[in-house]
Amino acid sequence: MTAVVTPLPSTVDTVARGRVRRAARRRLVITLLALAVVVAFAVTLMVGRTFYPPGDVLRVVLGSDVPGASFTVGTLRLPRAVLAVVAGLSFGLAGVTFQTMLRNPLASPDVIGITSGASAAAAFAIVILGWSGTAVSVTAIVSALGVALLIYMLAFKDGVAGTRLILIGIGVAAMGKSVTSYVLSKAGAWDFAEALRWLTGSLNGSTWEATVPALVALLVFGPVLLGQTRDLSALQLGDDTASALGVRVERTRIIAIVAAVALLAFATAACGPIAFVSFLAGPIAARLVGPNGSLLVPAALVGALLVLVADLCGQYAFGTRYPVGVITGVLGAPYLIYLIVRSNRTGGSL
Amino acid sequence: MTATHSLAAEDLTLAYGERTVIEGLDLLVPPGRITAVVGANACGKSTLLRSMSRLLAPRSGRVLLDGKAVHRLPAKELARTLGLLPQSPIAPEGITVADLVGRGRHPHQRVFSRWSKEDDAAVAAALDATETTPLADRAVDELSGGQRQRVWIAMALAQQTDLLLLDEPTTFLDVAHQIEVLDLLTDLNRTRGTTIVMVLHDLNLAARYADHLVALSGGQIHAAGTPEDVLTEECVRAVFGLDSQVIVDPTSGKPLMLPMGRHHTAPRADVLQGTSGS
Repeated sequence: MTAVVTPLPSTVDTVARGRVRRAARRRLVITLLALAVVVAFAVTLMVGRTFYPPGDVLRVVLGSDVPGASFTVGTLRLPRAVLAVVAGLSFGLAGVTFQTMLRNPLASPDVIGITSGASAAAAFAIVILGWSGTAVSVTAIVSALGVALLIYMLAFKDGVAGTRLILIGIGVAAMGKSVTSYVLSKAGAWDFAEALRWLTGSLNGSTWEATVPALVALLVFGPVLLGQTRDLSALQLGDDTASALGVRVERTRIIAIVAAVALLAFATAACGPIAFVSFLAGPIAARLVGPNGSLLVPAALVGALLVLVADLCGQYAFGTRYPVGVITGVLGAPYLIYLIVRSNRTGGSL
Repeated sequence: MTATHSLAAEDLTLAYGERTVIEGLDLLVPPGRITAVVGANACGKSTLLRSMSRLLAPRSGRVLLDGKAVHRLPAKELARTLGLLPQSPIAPEGITVADLVGRGRHPHQRVFSRWSKEDDAAVAAALDATETTPLADRAVDELSGGQRQRVWIAMALAQQTDLLLLDEPTTFLDVAHQIEVLDLLTDLNRTRGTTIVMVLHDLNLAARYADHLVALSGGQIHAAGTPEDVLTEECVRAVFGLDSQVIVDPTSGKPLMLPMGRHHTAPRADVLQGTSGS
């Protein structure tokens, strides 16, 4: 070990203070976001055609029988709210993982076709094959991984260049959407809300059967991704620098891709590809946290908050009830256009 | 202050796909010294450096660190001994200098371990050594090219490795900043005994700052040794295909290469007279 030249005490102090300040900012944002998620979750349980006070809701959640509330809150609203949180966390985590890894906000899985691949496969399995439950989840995850692999291979040429991968991914996304549309056209009596679920995502008719696999996937793959936090941060410095810092770049990338795709696929199988949540969560989290450390946890919370709030808006803010994906789509599309315009101006370096 | 790590390449062949870049190369990096690798564009300088730091697996042959193949060493263990500053590292948007330098601590940290006092001390020492302490809380995006390069070197220093490889650390810098960076590396070498290997494109700066000069040509070492032995008119012709005149640098006493192009090579009479008269 090289002899450590003793630094000036004032410098050590500066370094330590800066680090504490960055950590404090990050902690504050995470705490506020977590609180906001809890509040939005509670509101989702209370508000609806009938309003139930927090006391009733709490008792239902804790398992007591409350006339009226037990059915409305326990059977209708609770699975929906839980799925909103699980899907939001999963989409947020998966999106920011891809964006961090490929150093590009456009590299989100719902822009580069991985989500639409999972969605197309899920729709196919349900409509054409008549499958349900686990079989649909498995189909979704296998095809999402397949699509991810396909995009990766098509984009691979002396390493993966972000821009090429994104362009190929946007093409693949369009193909996935057209497959979904075709499959839906085959579903004769398919009603409008159900169709939209597979195109833009919807929480309508959420059940525990749909929610539990997504929740289990989150509990399994969420920690896997969090375990990669440091290595993913190092990857932001470029593959060579990360490698020089002792990161096994390919291994980290494969673990991150598999875990992120699994999260996405399970969430998509449960509620469809809720449009642009993975895409928006990371950049919003980055705005809130600033350059103060990993965005994985903040982006996951932003994802959950986005889905909860967008679903509340979709249900109650307008005369008609819109699926959650329509609302997030309206939010996401302008940002996508903005990013593409900006990348054009900066010469495509993004 | 142990500069006893040995780094060597043995019968090293490197290729990108079908294209062989380095073939059967043997290289011994003198411990505790500054080595500069020079050569024409696309002669494999950067490729060699990448392979020596495990970024590129050899087609055949080995890179040995203390007698062990670097491609077999655990990634983090290697990263505690050997650091690399690539040609174009990427600074995440808005990251502060202290935060970026702190990333150099990666190989010393575990997955969920807390930031330690040693980490703070190492970052502080790196900032002090590169005189970037006043910049600690600034965003890297806002810095000038020279400042930014010092910050990247600080990151590599925070890694606290005995060997430091740098790929063209002076690219895109004006002459004053080039000298600043090379002086800093020399300080490091002299005060800490850090073994330095760098790819440089400026032959004269390489000859001035390196103890050991390696001239690459056609994927082979054309010449290696002291700058005086390596930087000769014959060598410049063989490696770069350029006629030149090599004189003694009046400032450093090292060899200085004056390129001879097709124009402006006839010495002006008044200059010659001025020189002979003084």
